[in-house]
Amino acid sequence: MIQLTREVIDIARLTDCVRRSDCGAVVIFLGTVRDFTDGKITVALDYDAYPAMAEKKMAEIEQETRRLWPIGDMIMVHRLGHLEVGKTSVAVAISCPHRGQAFEACQYAIDRLKELVPIWKKENWADGTTEWVHPELEKK
Amino acid sequence: MKVTVHFFARARDLAGRETVSYEVASNTTVQELRRQLEILHPALAGILPRCALAVNNGFVKDAASIPPDAEIAVLPPVSGGVR
Repeated sequence: MIQLTREVIDIARLTDCVRRSDCGAVVIFLGTVRDFTDGKITVALDYDAYPAMAEKKMAEIEQETRRLWPIGDMIMVHRLGHLEVGKTSVAVAISCPHRGQAFEACQYAIDRLKELVPIWKKENWADGTTEWVHPELEKK
Repeated sequence: MKVTVHFFARARDLAGRETVSYEVASNTTVQELRRQLEILHPALAGILPRCALAVNNGFVKDAASIPPDAEIAVLPPVSGGVR
């Protein structure tokens, strides 16, 4: 299951959603807002998405992940809007029969999400300025 | 034919708007639309070559023709992050 939301991501609920009697492992990755990037202090991030395409890409990543590992169940949730330092912006929860599979699948899913899904973040620096994060545009 | 273009993230700030509708010639290609957007929005010229253009929620080749009433999205590179 995949979801874009403007609400707080409820970790306990995600965990319960993927728990299964035939799975001995649940792995959860949380992406949280970090306070320090490239020597500058962040107070918050704003997340923006192209929702129709973001949901389509996330669904494709779920299908890929399910093809590659024996997934019991999985959920990927990305939060959008204004998030202060420490808040959870993205979560991936995956259950598998064994922990090795669950760790690998979870890492794969979050890496693909970061690479492919049209979601952008804007830094709100401590000095009051803001800046969209597009690393590929800063490269010469 | 009409196309609707949505701008995101820095492209939205530079274009100064979220969504614009344009009247373009039939069979306009993605590449041609890219050039027209650069002319209409000079502020975008620096980043447009490195933005992806999605047509009706999917990626297509630059040589592809745009269908009538298409929804186009100008997508700057995503942040990716450090693994």
